[in-house]
Amino acid sequence: MKITDIFKKKSSSDVAKDRLKLVLVSDRASCSPEIMQKIRSDIIEVLSKYAEIDMDGIDINFTQMDTEDNSGKTVPALYANIPIKNINHSVK
Amino acid sequence: MGEVIVITSGKGGVGKTTTTANLGTGLAKLNKKVVLVDTDIGLRNLDVVMGLENRIVYTLVDVVEENCKLKQALIRDKKYENLFLLPAAQTRDKTSVTPEQMKKLTDELKAEFDYVILDCPAGIEQGFKNAIAGADRALVVTTPEVSAVRDADRIIGLLEANEIKNPQLVVNRLRPDMIKRGDMMSADDVVDILAVELIGQVPDDENIVVATNNGEPLVGDNSLAGQAYMNICRRVTGEAVPFLDLEARKGLFSWFKKK
Repeated sequence: MKITDIFKKKSSSDVAKDRLKLVLVSDRASCSPEIMQKIRSDIIEVLSKYAEIDMDGIDINFTQMDTEDNSGKTVPALYANIPIKNINHSVK
Repeated sequence: MGEVIVITSGKGGVGKTTTTANLGTGLAKLNKKVVLVDTDIGLRNLDVVMGLENRIVYTLVDVVEENCKLKQALIRDKKYENLFLLPAAQTRDKTSVTPEQMKKLTDELKAEFDYVILDCPAGIEQGFKNAIAGADRALVVTTPEVSAVRDADRIIGLLEANEIKNPQLVVNRLRPDMIKRGDMMSADDVVDILAVELIGQVPDDENIVVATNNGEPLVGDNSLAGQAYMNICRRVTGEAVPFLDLEARKGLFSWFKKK
């Protein structure tokens, strides 16, 4: 971190852009908070069969990523960061 | 055969009616034969913005219900004899007209006129569906605020789902001073987010309020907003016009080529 960064606050228009990008991704995917919650609990349920999950560290969200053809366009993507405490080796 | 253009936004109060009035008047100035249709049944306003509120006899609903002939309901503008207004009814609601009836009406109008410009009501319900039913093309008006941009995105999605491809964007009420200090999204920022073609950037200009007070659209005058609206009109006709430098001081116009 540079000294100048201390004085540089994120401008409100940048905040607006970031918030809009996120809200539009979920608008476009027409994904309600209820559905999001279902996806989340389903993912946890499946993973819990194989591993012990750190419930507090879970971060699942829709975001945008660049398309693979490098055309500069973005597509919605599901981002999931799920910390694992222990792998459950006893699963058959 | 003319072209039917719907002016829409989703959110209310972003400048649809002002844009419609200025676009219509500007195209009439360019010697096009134009009719403006107010589709906001129950909350009509295009008549007052155009200064034609005292001349209304018949309305769009009268035409659709065949209480009068189409020609009888068209009000000729005060200044331009090639500009007409078809007003909305004030004492009825959006369900008085169906999308099929609107399509029939706009088809009839575009046989007569070069441009049929529809002022769409706010929202995404029946009034919106009526307004887009016969449209060939759409201009989406937004302001650089999160709420308006979000609604514009929704509208763009709905337009494309209804086979109105490639809507073009007007970003209204821009304040260069705020953009400069990072407190307002620029037109380019909004275009980045919405991924549609930009057709106009209009500054927040107090002359708009004066023009509306007087019922005379300011398109083509010396104000920055007047210039910006005239440029939109020329772009609508297919001319390539560079975007205005909104930071130019009043009366002193510098132009720059975009990109």
